[in-house]
Amino acid sequence: MAEVKDPQDGVQIDLISGERLASQTSMEKIRMILDGVREGNIVILEEGLSPDEESRLIEVTMTEISPDEFNGIEIETYPRSETADASFLDRLMGRESTKKLTVIGPANQIETLHKDETLIQTLVSRK
Amino acid sequence: MGLLTDLKSSISRAASTLFSAEDPKRIGIYGPPNAGKTTLANRIARDWTEHGDAVGPESHVPHETRRARRKENVEIERDGKTVTIDIVDTPGVTTKVDYTEFLEHDMEKEDAVRRSREATEGVAEAMHWLREDVDGVVYVLDSASDPFTQVNTMLIGIIESQDLPVLILANKIDLEESSVQRIRNAFPQHETVPVSALEGDNMDEVYDKIAEYFG
Repeated sequence: MAEVKDPQDGVQIDLISGERLASQTSMEKIRMILDGVREGNIVILEEGLSPDEESRLIEVTMTEISPDEFNGIEIETYPRSETADASFLDRLMGRESTKKLTVIGPANQIETLHKDETLIQTLVSRK
Repeated sequence: MGLLTDLKSSISRAASTLFSAEDPKRIGIYGPPNAGKTTLANRIARDWTEHGDAVGPESHVPHETRRARRKENVEIERDGKTVTIDIVDTPGVTTKVDYTEFLEHDMEKEDAVRRSREATEGVAEAMHWLREDVDGVVYVLDSASDPFTQVNTMLIGIIESQDLPVLILANKIDLEESSVQRIRNAFPQHETVPVSALEGDNMDEVYDKIAEYFG
């Protein structure tokens, strides 16, 4: 990704388009997210991750947590109501809808203030 | 016609032999830290196993369970039938672990750091079990806490995407702040059963549902 600014200047926000995500493999997405978050950036995905990718993101995040260095991530999406409604065949064919705006940031810099089906309010602080 | 009937009955016999020879279903007990998963696992083990051994130690300090533990061949009797399952008590799932939170529980830094490292390994292990090694899920929530968290939303989504049967338990109904309805509102697509694993309240309904969902 392009040049990264000094964290003292402010908080960098990476907005990743659905198009860019669609061209990446699951591990490439997870690596991109965690590399960004570990640099102190807020990563916003236009179209979220699949449940399997979310599961792997949690697993990889856990392997990278290190005392006094990286405490993990805070992640917020709207509830995935479409998935519950998707047919078995749709899910089998990978046609489930994952189009949910997703915000991911370092656990020590992002705090959820309020969340419901239609609104997510977060407080982002500098390191 | 006779040939067709014979064929059908031999297929059905073969299928029943296949399924009866199957290992007991592995039911993962999942949920966020401090929801009462180990208390529930211990309650089930004590109620239905010969020696009633505990599955693991219970604690108010988060991440007491840092390894998935399996209790095999738990035979639950309902309506004259026996349902045999393996219960897998898993570490509470989270996306963050900060060792400094353990310092608030009178822990030395070295112990807190070790506990946080083990906790992260445990969460990764729990996720792996969920993807590969469980046949059904009992999802335990603390009914005195807000269920509308990202971890709950993600985990229920992951479980649904794998088409695993899931039973949601609204635990800790013995607490004054408990609200079962809040959990029902958060996950209306699933059945929620109220319970106090600590006090043993409503365990009969829990066993009925376990037999119905996983038997």
